[in-house]
Amino acid sequence: MQEFITILLDGLTYASYLFIVSVGLTIVFGVMKILNVAHGAFYTWGAYSAAWAITAASEMELPDWVGFPIIIIAAILIGLIIGTIVERGVLQFMHGQDEVLIVLATFGMFLMSESIIKLVFGVDPYFAYQPTTVLGGTSIIGVYRDFYSLSLLLVAGIVAFVCWWSLNRTKWGKLISTVIFDREASLAMGINVNMVYLVVFIIGTAFGALGGAYLAPTLSVAPGLGIEVIVLSFAVVVIGGMGSIPGAVIGALMVGIIRAIAVHKLPEIELFVIFGVMAIVLIIRPEGLFAPAKARTI
Amino acid sequence: MIDILKESRTVRWVGLAAIILIIIGALVPTWVMNNVMFGMARGLAVLGLMVLWRTGLISFGHALYFGIGAYAVALADFGLGVSDLFLRLLFAIGASVVVGFLLGFILRRYRSIFFAMLSLAFSMVLYGILAKMESLGSTDGFSVTPPTILGMEFEDKYALFVAIIVICFVSACLVQFYLKSALGYLTTAIRDNEIRVEYLGYSVRRAIHIKYVISAALAGAAGGILASSLGQVDPDSMVNWTVSGELVFVTIMAGAGSVAAPFLGGVVFQFLQTFSLQYFPDYWQFFEGLTLLLIIFFLPGGIWSLIQKLWVREDKSPEAAE
Repeated sequence: MQEFITILLDGLTYASYLFIVSVGLTIVFGVMKILNVAHGAFYTWGAYSAAWAITAASEMELPDWVGFPIIIIAAILIGLIIGTIVERGVLQFMHGQDEVLIVLATFGMFLMSESIIKLVFGVDPYFAYQPTTVLGGTSIIGVYRDFYSLSLLLVAGIVAFVCWWSLNRTKWGKLISTVIFDREASLAMGINVNMVYLVVFIIGTAFGALGGAYLAPTLSVAPGLGIEVIVLSFAVVVIGGMGSIPGAVIGALMVGIIRAIAVHKLPEIELFVIFGVMAIVLIIRPEGLFAPAKARTI
Repeated sequence: MIDILKESRTVRWVGLAAIILIIIGALVPTWVMNNVMFGMARGLAVLGLMVLWRTGLISFGHALYFGIGAYAVALADFGLGVSDLFLRLLFAIGASVVVGFLLGFILRRYRSIFFAMLSLAFSMVLYGILAKMESLGSTDGFSVTPPTILGMEFEDKYALFVAIIVICFVSACLVQFYLKSALGYLTTAIRDNEIRVEYLGYSVRRAIHIKYVISAALAGAAGGILASSLGQVDPDSMVNWTVSGELVFVTIMAGAGSVAAPFLGGVVFQFLQTFSLQYFPDYWQFFEGLTLLLIIFFLPGGIWSLIQKLWVREDKSPEAAE
């Protein structure tokens, strides 16, 4: 029983984290048809900027809880700044190009960003543990967990709700759906498609940065952080169906739970099993488990 | 086949370049020779990717075959004591051809980013296995004894250098022969319009399958050579997705204009990497990424297209542009 609870909690926590990171990737793919390798870089930027700001705040002897507003502000700022630079600076010139070439261009930006991060933040690791100590912890049927990692579940829930609500209940959501459905017709109707692309890309970037920023207090933030994250979120997005938000939920849950089972039962197959599932899903349903065959949903 | 090769300008030029390289290799300091050697080995894998790229397919998982080749050599050395370079390469190529042939049945159904993603997934499966497998040294990998060549042991690496140049020359000729065959001409035809190729009576899937196996064999050979010449195999520098990304990077940088382009690209890449790792180790990736972007935007034909332009200016005959 205890083992079951441990696996379930670990799996859900990990799934929440994967969902927060992958949802940005899937939104950008769904709207702009861009498979964004640079998303791993946004995650790293989020993690670094949050870790840097939290460390700075604790040196100024501010209370530990300021970490939480810092995380949110960091994610938004990174989304606005880096998202705008990448979209306006490079991606807007690539609309209509071969999808593979766009992947390569984002890969180029990923590589550049790895170096810029070393230049800006240095190569020494950051330990910004302060926010994790604020909330304390609890025992769930004999399994101890701190509230900080449990709060990831809440954050993922909020992110999922916000995405669903803004896509289905707001004017902007309607505009985005229109653009996904038919770019040219939307242009003809007077929708500023380039603006929609920019906003969507900024939101996607901010979610990637939020994943990194929220995880930063639980990790040692060091160079090379984004390398593993990007292939994992590819796995999540591909399993669920590229461009589908419910798909990202399912994909994250599957990868999270599978990984937790593997870690506790058979640690040797941890990575193997995640990418094995990704390959099998691609073989059986290349468009992903929960995406309809033709029209892309979001 | 021999006739085609004899008449081909490309083969003559590549042969001349190989001879010049062998002579230069004897004259330059060891570190230059080593870099050329590693660059040529990487070029072999890039040649495989170029064969796919000509159809518009990009594999983000060719480190799979790179790794299979390297580990096949390492296991042949460790388990069977095989030390001859060419025998080892047979193991490397054999293993990658078998895996490539089997996976080809699946991959030939996919195009564009799905092809890239699925090959990425397969390579990460291998990475996941190798990184966690204690008996194969997990992330530390294990070492490989220096190779012998045709039963002879050599003190310095010059013999290995010559052997690698010869292997690269032979592979370039074989690929050139393939590209000039009917099957090879399908390459560009498939990129332009798959349906028309089907109507002409060819099976696109079969053509892509063959292409995939060829590129797997080349990448496997490259991995085998690198394992032999480095004397070390490990998953992070041979099977991780960043290695695949690097191979794709060199493919785009070099361009798909000629079978010589991948080797040129491989050597240029190797020298750039060596210099930048020495003088500005932290910013090497910045230049790598910037180069990739610049080439995508301003030089879609890669370095080779620059050479082609110079060539055409010197010699106006129509076949020179080939």
